[in-house]
Parts: sequence; structure tokens; C-alpha cells
Amino acid sequence: MFGLHIVKREPMPWLKSMLVRAVAIIASLLLSAVVITLLTSTNPLKIYASMINGAFGSELRMWSLAQNVAILLCISLAVTPAFKMRFWNCGAEGQVLVGGLANVSVMMFLGDKLPYPVLVVVMIIASVAAGIIWAVIPAIFKAIWNTNETLFTLMMNYVAIQLVAFFLKYFVKNGSGVLTPMEEYGLPVIGHSYILNIITVAVLTVLVYIYLKRTKQGYEISVVGESENTAKYIGINVKKVIIRTLVVSGAICGIAGLLLVGGTNHTISTTTVDGRGFTAIMVSWLAKFNPVFMIFTSFLIVFLQNGANQVSTDFRLPNAISDIITGIILFFIIGCEFFLQYKIVASKSRKENN
Amino acid sequence: MLAFLISAIRLGMTFLFGSTGETITEKSGHLNLGIPGVMCVGASCGCYAEYLYLSQMREMRITASPFLAILIPIVATLAGGALMGLIFSFLTVSLRANQNVTGLALTTFGIGVSDYMISETGPIYSKGSRYFTEPLPFADELGIVGEILFSHGVLIYLSIIIALLTSFVLNHTRIGLNLRSVGEDPAAADAAGINVSLYRYSATCIGSAIAGLSGLSFIMDYLNGNWEYCIDAIGWLCIALVIFTVWKPNLAIIGSILFGALYIVSSYITGISFAAKELFEMLPYVVTIIVLVFTSARDSKNSQPPKSLGLPYFREER
Repeated sequence: MFGLHIVKREPMPWLKSMLVRAVAIIASLLLSAVVITLLTSTNPLKIYASMINGAFGSELRMWSLAQNVAILLCISLAVTPAFKMRFWNCGAEGQVLVGGLANVSVMMFLGDKLPYPVLVVVMIIASVAAGIIWAVIPAIFKAIWNTNETLFTLMMNYVAIQLVAFFLKYFVKNGSGVLTPMEEYGLPVIGHSYILNIITVAVLTVLVYIYLKRTKQGYEISVVGESENTAKYIGINVKKVIIRTLVVSGAICGIAGLLLVGGTNHTISTTTVDGRGFTAIMVSWLAKFNPVFMIFTSFLIVFLQNGANQVSTDFRLPNAISDIITGIILFFIIGCEFFLQYKIVASKSRKENN
Repeated sequence: MLAFLISAIRLGMTFLFGSTGETITEKSGHLNLGIPGVMCVGASCGCYAEYLYLSQMREMRITASPFLAILIPIVATLAGGALMGLIFSFLTVSLRANQNVTGLALTTFGIGVSDYMISETGPIYSKGSRYFTEPLPFADELGIVGEILFSHGVLIYLSIIIALLTSFVLNHTRIGLNLRSVGEDPAAADAAGINVSLYRYSATCIGSAIAGLSGLSFIMDYLNGNWEYCIDAIGWLCIALVIFTVWKPNLAIIGSILFGALYIVSSYITGISFAAKELFEMLPYVVTIIVLVFTSARDSKNSQPPKSLGLPYFREER
């Protein structure tokens, strides 16, 4: 009797694994083209041209691409240490948002009271502290009582969103719930207004890479992630590692909030983070938790989203089409990981094996 | 007060579908974070089917049959939800992908599908909604009791029936026992001859189909057919409700009414500011966190998440 059998394969050479991923992306683009053509009866080639145009078409678009990649990468860097430890931090959305909220509060209440350099320092401390608090609460409960962190962090997102909604309704005096940007209190601008963000994230990428690959703490994170029992056996204090890692994770989320609010928007709304806390999970996972690969994966996702937005404008399609395309492409990328790790072989009959 | 109670039941029962569906899924060890997307797609399929059916009937100048006007969207919703569940289980079981990542991608996709559908047909389905909000015929004759218990649309009773049925199957049948063992310890279940993949596939598909009804019920019943805003927030509430009711669908009947009440309480309290309302809307999530912490701290055997929740099972990697 012949059957199909799944076998784990030897690690693939780098080039070949990239090739498999490329094939998956091309396949997903083909399927998206079919979907778009069916829905709109437009030539799919024109659609891809418009996608590339939307991502790179003008200087403004290039800047916006770089800025979006930077922010998404920053949040992905934040969740990575936790993920490497198999702590499923789905709460980046909320952690970034409270970081931004802390930043906005400092701008609003201390903006005219403190000299500018002090203000910037206070803003940084407030954002980072808020991010840490939001991340460390689930971590503490995980460490003490093994409370499910995925569900806990998810719920914390909505608490954060409601907190921002409350803040906007309570402190915005005209009752519109929309806070006017306070550009005069933003982070210092170097050249283009996005450059500071991009540099900060670039530095962070290097730091996180070194932290995970070259430090004792980074090593402890991977041991706890691989097997908690091994970690205990070799004398790692697992509880301490969990809490410490989430402090790091929350701090970087706080920085992302700082960059988003203090560096770019100078205001806040409940959609400031715009689902990037969740997208970051995919960016980090697709890059196998490697900060350098994450540059590519976050670029890929932002390119797709910016491109798809352009498609919907050019062809007068609803904006939703970009979410559908992103979803399809993600399914393919997620699915193709299987073929990198396993191969399907036809198994021989039972008798022969015996 | 009466209006508040009726409204809480109406909203709560829409949550009940989602939480029952997610409970079935989670009992198999799958944490499907794509539930918001599943609900969006389910509701889209249902609303679109209703839209097609009613416009077809109008063209042919036939009066739409109320029975079909309810049945067709329900079947379409079940199919849409099950299809999403199939995508999820194909990626996580057959292709061994990470459940969290797959679920989140599913949510992105589902929200896209529903937004697209709304922009195609317009967000108003009040014609179809009429059939769903029709109360039971004898509601008026029974006074206040009748108004609380029997004045609702057909989906609300369906949700209670499904929840009770699920509870029975999970706790009193062989299939339920097998399913729970798959969620607790898939390796042991596999050794006992249970087809882990089959159970995970079917539990996820059935669960997603039921969760899809949550979206349909929210749009057609609670919102009277006005799809004004994205319904994904409701999906996260359903996941919260599963934890809140410690993975017990029969408890979820009461829990969902409480959640419904918490969700709308701010609109019924007079004399509070708009800002305070936002704080009230935080309540369901805060309550869920408290329950989550409390159950994990108490460490009682009856109220734990399935032990292998969110974990993959590959026979070769034991």
C-alpha cells in the first residue's frame, strides 16, 4: 500500500529557501490577480504596475514607505524577544498605544511648563515607562500563576484603546474627540521629519540583534523558549527571565509609541497604531525572529499595503481590496514555511519496511 | 429597565454563538484568533445571500417566503464560517503553521472581505433584517415574562439551543470525550487511537461555522440590518467570553447576557458623560482579565484552559 508520508528535511541552503519563498509570493500574487480580475475585470498587469507606483512612485511615497517600514519594524523588534521565549505577546497594539498616550499627556500638560530639552527627556521616560507597565502586568501573572499570556495581552489591547477613547473625550475641551496636533512639542526634527524615526529604528535593530545573539540574557531567552525544564535544570530563574524580557519588549513598544506620536503624528487616536501590533507578530514570525530578516519582511508587508492602497485609488476599488490581497499573500507565506521544513515522500508498503 | 434587560439578552445571544464556536475550537487545542475575521466573513456571506435572494424575488415579483429568507442566510453563513475554519485548520494542521500568526492573518482577510462586500451592496440590510427580528407569535399574550423570554428573533433561540447541545456533546458523549482529550493531551489521544487531525479539523470548521452566525445575528438582529461599523471588536469579546465562562457553553448562556449588559450599560445609565461611557466599555475586558487571573491562581481542575491550547501537535516531533 502506498501512502504519503511527511518527513522533516535537512535545513535548506539559504538561496533555495529564499527561492521557495519567492515562488510562494509569486503564486499568491497570481491568485490575487485572478481575484481582482474576477471582481473588477481589469488587466492584472496594470494592477501590479499601479502597486509598484504606489510604493515607489514619488519622493513622498518613498518617504512614507520608509517611515511605515521603520514603525512596523520597531514594533516587530519589540515583540521578538518575548516570542523567542515562546511568550505570545499579542498586546503590542496596546503597549504602543499607551506609550503614545503617555507621550501625548506629557505634551499636553507639561508642554508649556518645562524647557524643551527637559520636556523631550520626560517624554521619552514617560512613553517607555508606560510601555513597560502594560507589558509587565501580564508577564508577572504568567510568572506567578502561569496565566495564559495570549489572552491576557489581547484583552490589555482593548483596555488601552478604551483608555485612549476616554482620554480624548475627557481632555479635549471642544468635545470633538479629536486632538489637534501639537507639533511645537514634538521630538526634534533632523532634516526630513521621518529621518529621526528611521535612524532610531536602525540603531534599535542592531541593538536587539546583539542582545538576542551575543548576550547572556539573549541566550537565556532562547533556552527558556526551547524548553522551560532545561532552563530550570541549568539554573536559569525562569520567572525572572520572563519578567525581564517583557520589560525589554514593553520598553521598545513604548519607543514605538514615542516615535509614532512624538516623532510623526503629534496627536493620538484609537487607531494610531492601526493594527500594526498584530502585523508585527507576523513580521517577526516570518523572519524566524531574526532582526535582520525582519527588515525584509516588514518591507514586504508595507510594500504590499501601500501598493494595494494605490490600486484601490487608481481603479476606484474599495480600500478593502488591500486587506484581502494582504490576507491571501500572508496565507501563502505562512503555508510555504511547511515546504521549507518538511518534505512529502511516498512511503513504502508496511511489509517492505518490516 | 425592561428595555435594558431585553437589549442585553439580544446582544448577549449574539455573543453566545461566537463563544460557543470558539469553545468547540479551543477544546480541540486550537486557539483560533481569526474569530473576528470568521465572523466578518460569515456575516458577509449571510447578508449577501439574503440580498441576492430578496432582489431575485423582487425581480420575479414573488413575495419572499419568510422561512427561506431566514434559512438561506443561515446556510450561507455556516458555509462561509466553515470555509474560514477550513483555511485555518489546513494551514495549522496540515501545513503545521503557527496558530497565532494564522489566526491574525485570517482576521485581516476576513475584515477585508466584509468591507468589500459592504462597499458593493451598501451597508443596509433592513429588508432582510425584518425576518430575523420577528418575535414568536405568542409573545404578546404572556405579559412581561413573554416580553423578556419570547419577544426575540429566531436566531436568539438558535444560539441557546446550540450552546446547550454543545455542552451536552462535550460532556456526555464519546465524541466530546475524545475531543477534550485531543485538546488536553494530543499525544495520549493519538496513542489511544483517536484521529487527532480529524478532530482538530472538524472541531475548527464546526466552531467557525457557528461563530459565523454570531456576525449574522449581530448585523441582522441586534443592529436591525445596519452594518454601520466593523464588527471585529465583537469577535474579540467572544474570545473574552470563552475565558470568562471557563470553557463551558452552558455557563456561557448566562455569561453572555452579563457581557451584553456590561456592553450596553453605559447607554442606560442617565447622567454620565460621554467620557465615562468609554470607561464603562472597558468593563467586559477588565472583567475577563480578572477571571483569567482568578482561574489561573485558583488552579482548579475544572476551570482551566485545555492544556495544549495553542500548541501544535506533530506525531513525529514527540
